[in-house]
Amino acid sequence: MEFNAPAGRNLFDASKVVGKSTPRIDGPLKTTGQAPYAYERHDVVANQAYGYIVGSAIAKGRISAMDAEAARAAPGVIAVILATETKPVGKGMSNYAPLFGGSDIAHYHQAIACVVAETFEQARSAAALIRTSYDRSAGRFDFPKLAPEAPLAKDEEGKPDRQTVGDFDSAFAAAEVKIDATYTTPDESHAMMEPHATIAAWDGDKLTLWTSNQMINWGKESMGKILGMDPKNIRLDSPYIGGGFGGKLFIRADAVVAALAAKQAKRPVKIALQRPLMANNTTHRHATIQRLRIGAGRDGRITALAHENWSGNINGKEGENGTLQTPVLYAGANRLIANYIATLDLPEGNAMRAPGEAVGHLALEVAMDELAEKLGMDPIELRIRNEPKSTVPGKPEKRFSDRNLVRCLREGSTRFGWDRRKAKPGSVRDGQWLVGMGVAAGYRAAPANKSAARVRLDGNGGVIVETDMTDIGTGSYTIIAQTAAETLGVPLEKVKVTLGDSDHPAAAGSGGQWGAASSTAGVYAACVTLRQKIGQTLGFDGDKAEFAGGKIKANGKSFDLAEAGKLSVDGGIEFGKFKDDYDVGTYAAHFAEVAVNAYTGEARIRRMLAVCDAGRILNPLSARSQVIGAMVMAAGAAMMEELVVDTRFGFFVNHDLAGYEVPVHADIPAQDVVFLDTLDPIISPLKAKGVGELGICGVGAAIANAMYNATGVRVREYPITLDKYFERMPMLT
Amino acid sequence: MADNVKTGPSRRTVIAAGAVSAAATSIPAYAKPAQLPGKPPMRVPVSLEVNGQAKKLELDTRTTLLDALREHLKLTGTKKGCDHGQCGACTVLVNGERINSCLSLAVQHQGDKVTTIEGLGTPDKLHAMQSAFIKHDGYQCGYCTPGQICSAVAVLDEIRAGIPSHVQLDVSEPPPLSNMEFRERMSGNICRCGAYSNIAAAMADVAGGGA
Repeated sequence: MEFNAPAGRNLFDASKVVGKSTPRIDGPLKTTGQAPYAYERHDVVANQAYGYIVGSAIAKGRISAMDAEAARAAPGVIAVILATETKPVGKGMSNYAPLFGGSDIAHYHQAIACVVAETFEQARSAAALIRTSYDRSAGRFDFPKLAPEAPLAKDEEGKPDRQTVGDFDSAFAAAEVKIDATYTTPDESHAMMEPHATIAAWDGDKLTLWTSNQMINWGKESMGKILGMDPKNIRLDSPYIGGGFGGKLFIRADAVVAALAAKQAKRPVKIALQRPLMANNTTHRHATIQRLRIGAGRDGRITALAHENWSGNINGKEGENGTLQTPVLYAGANRLIANYIATLDLPEGNAMRAPGEAVGHLALEVAMDELAEKLGMDPIELRIRNEPKSTVPGKPEKRFSDRNLVRCLREGSTRFGWDRRKAKPGSVRDGQWLVGMGVAAGYRAAPANKSAARVRLDGNGGVIVETDMTDIGTGSYTIIAQTAAETLGVPLEKVKVTLGDSDHPAAAGSGGQWGAASSTAGVYAACVTLRQKIGQTLGFDGDKAEFAGGKIKANGKSFDLAEAGKLSVDGGIEFGKFKDDYDVGTYAAHFAEVAVNAYTGEARIRRMLAVCDAGRILNPLSARSQVIGAMVMAAGAAMMEELVVDTRFGFFVNHDLAGYEVPVHADIPAQDVVFLDTLDPIISPLKAKGVGELGICGVGAAIANAMYNATGVRVREYPITLDKYFERMPMLT
Repeated sequence: MADNVKTGPSRRTVIAAGAVSAAATSIPAYAKPAQLPGKPPMRVPVSLEVNGQAKKLELDTRTTLLDALREHLKLTGTKKGCDHGQCGACTVLVNGERINSCLSLAVQHQGDKVTTIEGLGTPDKLHAMQSAFIKHDGYQCGYCTPGQICSAVAVLDEIRAGIPSHVQLDVSEPPPLSNMEFRERMSGNICRCGAYSNIAAAMADVAGGGA
């Protein structure tokens, strides 16, 4: 099915299943420990051996020698593979350094060896016996020092990433009120709870990977490139994924090394990347430096807006572009966007939840708060005053598909009790605590990508959906079941969903907030095709028949779905060019209340609210979870998360869950989420957009603004930790 | 840092014929045989009661309780998130108290009664806390979930037993079954998906006798 015009009225507008809060259909398995994750699949293949990866102890240089004699002779050891004895593997999608092989070291903790043994303890013990000598080279590790010399990044068309509208310089010079501030965000780690893990097994020239991967089809194609083999001979299976957040978008060392080790050991091999290797071996969110310049009239209308962004990566490409929301979020006639990127020898930077926008809002939305204060204007009113008209500023040909940001701000203001906020910082005291409120707007693009599925009838009234779509905690299982139940008119419990198997039709996968919108549209399209096939089988027009309650009404007759027998169709959705005329986005207003101890400076979030505009909400229960979870991650980015770079040796120092601090239960006392009742006919037939990344865009800025409102101390270097503001705290009175 | 430095294990010539037979066949021809580091793994019998069933195992002394459950008893509901006691995903109940099963060796648990997520309930017969997690969507990816549920069950018991916490205003009083008590006591169980608010709601539901 091609989606090539805005969705009209369709069956989802009278939905009975879609749009209703629905407990996850995978819930009973997940809560009882019965959902099998990659490393746990004892039953899929016999004789599994244990692999243990060794990471490089230098960040840049060459391995001069490796001695695995003792490891190979150690008890239980079946095989040892060494980088120095292995030709570098090919590069799959978004692999910037080879995942294994060769003597060159590109980054710290790059995989250089794997020991395969009968038991985990034996593999770990033998891995410690491998002795490696290195010739270390100097590396480019100090991003803030290198940033000023960094060139402009290349945009999608290969042109320097610099956009202008009007004449920023003149307008900024002439502006009545100006903000010129620079913000920094640190490197961050996905730190998903399930480590990257794979069981690899060869059957002749066929390779099966039971793995943990967000993008099954990308992974299959990439493995083909990496190992120089036909992807047809590769199967990936990821029915349950213990978190990804972008860190499992691409094939990583666990899968590659398990495949190589299984070949050498002539046994299936299972590997989980050790937690202390994850931060440096895999990808991370890149640090940024962002300069915001905003000029406005006394009336608060923005006349000049510049957002410049610097980041760095190992390949001098694919940085963290904090400017992404800035062309879209506010009006203003004169604009400048520029994105620079340095080349570094740190581990590989890549996508983490809302790449670009997540950190971009931490700069833009604090700059807006600073502007509001300078204008003496309420920060909500400032945002409303700069709401663009119906098209993207500077692009009159690009319409907003369905945009309700102002409603989000107004609704949030009422619900949060914004009228109780005191504009003057440091003026609300609650016992020992200084209390402040902050607000921020949020924008995240809402892409939708080609997505396919197979839908079968089991002949007994049951429906089976099979697709390589993944559920990384997002709730895909349930919204796909809801979509099939709605379209085929069966109760939810009659639908079985099988996900994550590359033998099934390729879905859009989980990334970029496109998964829910794309995969449900694909399942809808396949179900429509199945309805037609049912019609052909039973002698009616499937498009005109009414499917409800497990029955079909057509031509004045009633049929049981079971009468169609066993049927199977492959179908899917593709998205037409008409979408290029629109900016399809999701919007939010985020609010936070933070208390800072007047004596100790300890900062505690008290409550948070997100009001979201994302079209139809397919499953309000799990959509809310996506948003509260994103708010938690944003709280981490604002207040605690930072991969600390050792600029002498070029690695992330705090590379485990003790050193890399993420929010815990006690950090998040109260959250609320409101979804506006909106529909976006441009996104898909279901008119539903993703929310999982919207939820992280703006929350951190709302927290930062609340901390400023509480204390009067503005910190522009994230995370906002005590050391950065304590000395500037107001004197106690 | 190990750059430009070559260090080796102390070379000992301890050979234990029985334990190396599997390895010996896979030693490449160029490797020098028979120079084995350290002693072969020591295996000891371990008796546990897991989810009400007696289990007798023969385990490497280095095997953690977590790996005894996951790799030997194939009870993979208990998760390995960090293997270093930093995340709580491996939480199980041992003699009624919660512990990080990655932080203790199986041999330390001779005769202990271990309850894992599989022992709390099954999809057909859910524990009240499991039902409450489903109802309140107290999870997303599901990987930390068994640990969260085991911890949540233990936390309610700890509060009822009067065990004090950091957030209690008066430690001489019985601790309340409150939101902040739950959040404080659950803070050793990281959920990167950020389901904390829903987990607290699930706990409140169970504590109030609902779910």
